[in-house]
Amino acid sequence: MTSDSDLIVLRNIAKSYRRGEETISIFTDLNLSIPAGDFVAVMGPSGSGKTTLLNLLGGLDRPTSGSIMFDGAPIEKLSESQLSAWRAANVGFIFQFYNLMPTMSAARNVELPLLLTRLSAAERRRRVKTALEIVGLDNRARHRPKELSGGQQQRVAIARAIVADPKLILADEPTGDLDRTTAVEILEMLQLLNRELGKTIVMVTHDPAAAKYARRELHLDKGAFEERLT
Amino acid sequence: MSDLRLILSGLGRKPLRTGLLVFAIFIAFLIYGVLAAFQSSLENAAGPSSSNRLVVANRINFTQPLPLAYVSRIQNIEGVADVSYSNWVGGYYQEPRNFLLTFAVEPESYTRIYSEYVMPEDQKQDFIANRDGLMVGRAVAEQYGWQVGQQIPLSSNIWRRRDGSSVWPVVIRAIYDGKDANTSTGSVFMHFEYLDEGRAFANDTVGIIQIVTNDAQQNDAVGARVDQQFANSRAETETLSEQAFNAAFIDQQGNIGLIILGVTGAAFVTILLIVGNAMAGAIRERTGEIAVMKTLGFTAGRIGRIVIGETLLLALLGGLMGLALANVLSNTLSTVPALNQFFGGMRVTPEIALSAVGFMTALGFITGAVPAFNAMRVNVITAFRRI
Repeated sequence: MTSDSDLIVLRNIAKSYRRGEETISIFTDLNLSIPAGDFVAVMGPSGSGKTTLLNLLGGLDRPTSGSIMFDGAPIEKLSESQLSAWRAANVGFIFQFYNLMPTMSAARNVELPLLLTRLSAAERRRRVKTALEIVGLDNRARHRPKELSGGQQQRVAIARAIVADPKLILADEPTGDLDRTTAVEILEMLQLLNRELGKTIVMVTHDPAAAKYARRELHLDKGAFEERLT
Repeated sequence: MSDLRLILSGLGRKPLRTGLLVFAIFIAFLIYGVLAAFQSSLENAAGPSSSNRLVVANRINFTQPLPLAYVSRIQNIEGVADVSYSNWVGGYYQEPRNFLLTFAVEPESYTRIYSEYVMPEDQKQDFIANRDGLMVGRAVAEQYGWQVGQQIPLSSNIWRRRDGSSVWPVVIRAIYDGKDANTSTGSVFMHFEYLDEGRAFANDTVGIIQIVTNDAQQNDAVGARVDQQFANSRAETETLSEQAFNAAFIDQQGNIGLIILGVTGAAFVTILLIVGNAMAGAIRERTGEIAVMKTLGFTAGRIGRIVIGETLLLALLGGLMGLALANVLSNTLSTVPALNQFFGGMRVTPEIALSAVGFMTALGFITGAVPAFNAMRVNVITAFRRI
C-alpha cells in the first residue's frame, strides 16, 4: 500500500550482482513504503541486504529492475551527475566510522555539503554554526577529527548530514563504533532530528537496543521484510 | 574558492610529502630558469641584433676572413643602407685568463649602426678620432676599474704585431652603456685600421661585414644579392640575419639549446614520474574520502578537477619559487664584476618566465591526469566495503 504522504516507495525491486560466473541475487521482489517523518530501523543478519538497501535508497546503487520513487519522482533512471545533485539536495548520510575529512576542522567538515550549493560564504557559516549547535558541538568547531572523541566525531557527521536540510537521513550502523553511553546520546539525537525537525530516517543496525529508538523496525531476511512496531 | 580549500586540504594531508614534491619541482625550475637565462646571456654576449641588420661571413666558416675590398662592393648593392665591418681580436688584459670579448671595428660606421651602445657624444667622437682608441663596455670597465683616458696594454692571442709583440697599446676613449637591460656591456672595441696596419699577417681582410638594409622585408633579397655578387670568388659569402649569425656564434660554444633541453627534459621526466607516482599513491590513500565526497553529491568531474588542481598548484608553487630564485641568481651573477662581462645580460626574461609557466601548467596537468582519472572512477560501494 502506498499513500501521498510516502517519501520513499520501492516497487518490485530486484537486485543481483555478478561475481565471476556466479550471479548473486540480493532481492527478487522487494516492496517498501516509508512515509515522510518516519524513523525506520532496518535489521537483519549479515548478507541479508541491509547495506544494499541503504545504497539503493541513497542513489549510490541502482536496482536491477523495479522502481524507486522519492517524493513522487523515480530516481533509478537519473544519470550519475543527476543522482549526485539529487543526493546533495535530498539525502544526508551518517556512517559507522564517521568518515570525516581528517585535514579539515569540524566546521569545514560540516560545510562540505554546502559547497555543492550556491549559498554565500556568510550563509554557509551561519548554517554550519546552527548545525553544530544542534549537535552541541559549536564550541569544537575549529577542532580536527583526531582532536575529538568518537561520539563527538559522530555528532559532527550528524551535523554534516543535516546541514543542507535534506528530507532523508540514511544512517549505516551509526552507533556500531561507540560505547553504550555515547551510542544512546547519538540515538537520542537521531530521535530529536526525527521528532523535532521532521527528518525521515532510515537506520541500519545490528543492535536491537538501538533499533528501539526508531518508530518501527524492519527485519530483512532472504530479501524480504518483516515489520515490527517499536 | 570552495574548491581551492578542498585542494589545500588534499595537499595538507601529508605536509612532508607535499613539501618534498614542491621542492623537487622547485629544483627543476631553478635549473631551467638559470640555464635559460644563461642561454639568453650568451645570445646577448654574441652581440645585439636588429631586424634590418645582416651579417656577411665567409661561406666556409665565419672564422675564415673576407677581403676588405668586399666592403666597398657591398655598399653599392641595391637595398644596402649602411655597412660596417669587424674582426675578432681574441684580446686579454695582462694575462690570458683576463679574457676580453674584443673586436676591431671601423669606428664611425660601427657606432652609427650599433646605436644600442650608448655613450656621451664627446667620448664617441674621441674614440672615432683616435686610431689607438678603445671603446669599453661598462661591465668591463667596472670589472677592471678602468677610466676614460687610461692606457691599456691590450694583448691578443691571435694577432702579433710586425715587431713580434702581441701587445697593442690602446687608450680608453669611451665607456658605453647598453640602451636597455638586455644589451650586454661585456665587449671592448678597438680600431680595425690600427689592428690591420700593425698586424703581421692577414692584412686587408676582415672577419665579418655588417649590413643595414633599407627595409627588413628586403633582408632576404639583399642577402641573396650579396652572396650572388661573390659567388665563385676565392671567398664566397654567406649572408645571414644578425639573429641567425648570433645563434651560429653561440653554437660554436656547444649547442646550449640542446644542453638545456637535455638537462631540463631529464629533470622534468624524473619529476613527472615522482609527482605522478606520489599523487597516484595519495589518491589511493584517499579512496575513502573520495567515496564520502561522491556520496555527499560531489560529481566525478568535480573530484577530477580538484585532483588536477592539486597537481597544478604543486607545479605552480614549486615552479614559481624556482623561477624566482633563478631570477635572483641571474641578477646576482650579472652584477658580480668578474662575471658581468659574460653574464651581463643574464636574466629571466618575460619570454623565459612565460615558457616556464607553460611547462608548469603542462607538468600539473600531465602528473594529475592519471590520479584524477583514478579518483573519478572510485566506486562508492566498493570503496566503503574496504573501509
